Amino acid sequence: MPILENLWIIPLLPLLGSAINGLFGAKWSKAIVNSVALGSTGVSFLCAVEAVREFLSGGSQPFRKEFFDWIVAGSFRAGFDLQLDQLTVVMVLVVTGVGFLIHIYSTGYMAHEEGYYRFFSYLNLFMFFMLILVLAANYVLLFVGWEGVGLCSYLLIGFYFLRKSAADAGKKAFIVNRIGDFGFMLGMFLLFRTFHSLDFATVFAAASKPEVAVEPLGQFGVLTVACLLLFVGATGKSAQLPLYVWLPDAMEGPTPVSALIHAATMVTAGVYMVARSHVLFTHSPTAMYVVAIVGCATAFFAATIGLVQSDIKKVLAYSTVSQLGYMFLACGVGAFGAGIFHLMTHAFFKALLFLSAGSVIHAMGGEQDMWNMGGLSKKIKVTYWCMLFGTIAIAGFPPFAAFFSKDSILFAAYNSENGGKVLYGVGLLAAVLTSFYMFRLIWLTFYGEKRYDEHKVHVHESPGTMTGPLMILALLSLTGGWFALPALFGGKDYFAEFLSPVFGAGEAGGGEAAQSLEHILSAVAVVAATAGLVVAWRMYSKKVKRGTSEGVHKLLYNKYYVDELYAAAIVRPLVWLSTNVLWKVVDAGMIDGAVNGVAEGAAAVGDAVRHTQSGNTRSYAVWVVIGAIVVLGIVFWPILHPALFGGVR
Amino acid sequence: MTASLIIFFVLAALAVLAAVSLILQRHPIHSALSLIVVMVALAGLYLLMGAEFVAAVQIIVYGGAVMVLFVFVIMLLNAGVEERTNFSKLATFGGIPLALALSGMIAAGIARSSGQLATSPAAAQGAISSTKQLSMMLFRDFVYPFELTSFLILVAILGAIVLAQREN
Amino acid sequence: MVPTNYYLILSAILFGLGVLAFVFKRNVITIFMAIELMLNAVNLAFVAFSRALGKSDGEVFVLFVIIVAAAEAAVGLGIIILTARNRRSLNVERVDLLKL
Repeated sequence: MPILENLWIIPLLPLLGSAINGLFGAKWSKAIVNSVALGSTGVSFLCAVEAVREFLSGGSQPFRKEFFDWIVAGSFRAGFDLQLDQLTVVMVLVVTGVGFLIHIYSTGYMAHEEGYYRFFSYLNLFMFFMLILVLAANYVLLFVGWEGVGLCSYLLIGFYFLRKSAADAGKKAFIVNRIGDFGFMLGMFLLFRTFHSLDFATVFAAASKPEVAVEPLGQFGVLTVACLLLFVGATGKSAQLPLYVWLPDAMEGPTPVSALIHAATMVTAGVYMVARSHVLFTHSPTAMYVVAIVGCATAFFAATIGLVQSDIKKVLAYSTVSQLGYMFLACGVGAFGAGIFHLMTHAFFKALLFLSAGSVIHAMGGEQDMWNMGGLSKKIKVTYWCMLFGTIAIAGFPPFAAFFSKDSILFAAYNSENGGKVLYGVGLLAAVLTSFYMFRLIWLTFYGEKRYDEHKVHVHESPGTMTGPLMILALLSLTGGWFALPALFGGKDYFAEFLSPVFGAGEAGGGEAAQSLEHILSAVAVVAATAGLVVAWRMYSKKVKRGTSEGVHKLLYNKYYVDELYAAAIVRPLVWLSTNVLWKVVDAGMIDGAVNGVAEGAAAVGDAVRHTQSGNTRSYAVWVVIGAIVVLGIVFWPILHPALFGGVR
Repeated sequence: MTASLIIFFVLAALAVLAAVSLILQRHPIHSALSLIVVMVALAGLYLLMGAEFVAAVQIIVYGGAVMVLFVFVIMLLNAGVEERTNFSKLATFGGIPLALALSGMIAAGIARSSGQLATSPAAAQGAISSTKQLSMMLFRDFVYPFELTSFLILVAILGAIVLAQREN
Repeated sequence: MVPTNYYLILSAILFGLGVLAFVFKRNVITIFMAIELMLNAVNLAFVAFSRALGKSDGEVFVLFVIIVAAAEAAVGLGIIILTARNRRSLNVERVDLLKL
């Protein structure tokens, strides 16, 4: 069956799974819920593979199909249009593939949780919205997916809704996302006003015309402003400065949620959106510069916070924010392909890291504080090896995946104009920090002496449903980077070539000098990673104990007090405004006042008219006469009125 | 001053005085007798206008049946002098102005459109129609309402009987 | 010849007097008589118009009015008898069950 003609199947299957599980799952056994959830996601993955196959065999022509008209208003049309090109291929395979693996993992991890069916229903719903997001062929449908994944993120973060901290985290995620979405919408409105359409094909074709000039650096033309607004949306969704604050709190949700949504897929939606809009961004060096700076700064900033965290999931959360910063840095310097490459490899190793962390937490019976772990490497071997693979990958050691992707990004940053060397330097520093805190995590968790009570915690390896996906992801973390081997290793950058129809061929560095520079920078990166590893080893692998937190350590541990700053500067004034103005004045005073006023008015009128019903027959007679006079007056008016006004007949 | 004008004024004055008497009398039987005078005066006016049949019907039906019924009821109910209650302020203070306004409005209307109410030449001769003409019209053009009125009278009779029965 | 206007004005005066009686009198039978007075005034107007137009439509209508007034008088007086029995008074202001 030609899947490509019926691309809607790919998102529809998880939606059906979500609906079925949501409506009927409460009464079913776990096996049935599993088969519905896994079946829908798995078949969706197979359909995606088949669609990719058809796409490739058809000559890799970008495919777009309009399924039905959703909004038609005057000349504006936003339809349910899905498309498939090389970028979408990457995204859809990552989403369905990694998503499927995480679904399998969840059957093991969530086995003892309440609301099992609800979890899978939400997870499938998330898949639906994410697939809509990546398959959309216009900004409006993309925004539907964008909002939808935000909703599912809220539902899943607050999955343990009986815990106040979880409910608060869900609200925080949704509200901060909303702020970003406001920027996104403004950007969309501006694009519509400029191009009179929101279809990707139309907008990008119109923007690519030679008449549309590249707006010089520092000038805020229409495209610059639009791109900056879209980027605000991306900062919200992909947790960059200043809207990253929801991501660490989102760790309240179950670990598979953190893996799927807050590592592999949802947070990458911002990067995808920027990459998809690259035609617009390349016309605006100002916007690209802002993207690069924000990405780079976030990468460094988050890495510093991750240095001292004690919760295993929080370390990974800040690591995610940091790695997303790298992806935006790549897009900001024009290396969109490298950014998407890092997105893919990050999906693999970050999902792996989160799932392994989940496995560790499961083994430790729910403990998440690394200072209460230690010496686990012998006890939970599979988990240990998988996590180690993931850590080596993220630190950037060859031949693991992130080496190639991070390398392309740093190289592109180095070569960019306007302070590229500074960007490179900060990025490199962040890489050192990344290596450091990730290996710190490994030493603290798996080495040293055990800092937990053996009688209270019974450490056991996780079941096959959990370790299976871990191993697959570990393999992908190792091999996933081999799509883009630099010439040093005798390979070609297949990945960039694959994406070149979308991004243009301008990224592959050419020339001998460039190549040797690339080799030097790669070597520097490896040295940097090793440095981080060694320092962490010296500090944490032997006997350690938790120290007191003061000075710089305290600042970092409390995340630079950013949350407190936001609470004082933004949240509290808003709450005050809402209570005193919007509630007391507008709602209670004006709206309730208007409604009550209508009622009181009706009562007053009734009170006045009541006097006609006196119960006295003679007054009724008088009312009859009055009525007769009125009617006669109306009838006689044409005759009488010249008389009343003194006209001469 | 033609004779008909003098007769008109006499009969008109009679009618108005009797109507005023109807209002001013305290015992309902006196009001009933005043009303009979009004009706007779009006019958006279009909005759003056040349509508003999109507005049005859007025005397027979109104004067001879309806008013007799009124007198009988007054007798049956032992109606006495009216008691002087005054519960409705509206009626007391609003009554005269309203009545004046009503009749004033109609009178003004009539006065304003006097030009259109010329007497037709046929009427100038004093006899506007014969009884024969009237009956032709009644039994041909208006036969349907006529039959309905007979039905109406039947219903009225039944209603009156049912209403006035003594409870058994 | 008596001009039609005179008849009409007389009719208006009688009608107004009927309204006065309707509003001011307290005995329910007298009020009913006021209604009959008003009907008579209207009959006069009809006949006057009939004379003015030269057609006998007006007279036919007068006949109908008289018939209906007779029927109405019969039924109305029946009701008056019942009410008078119930309230033991012929004062219309005593019929005030709708008063709060």
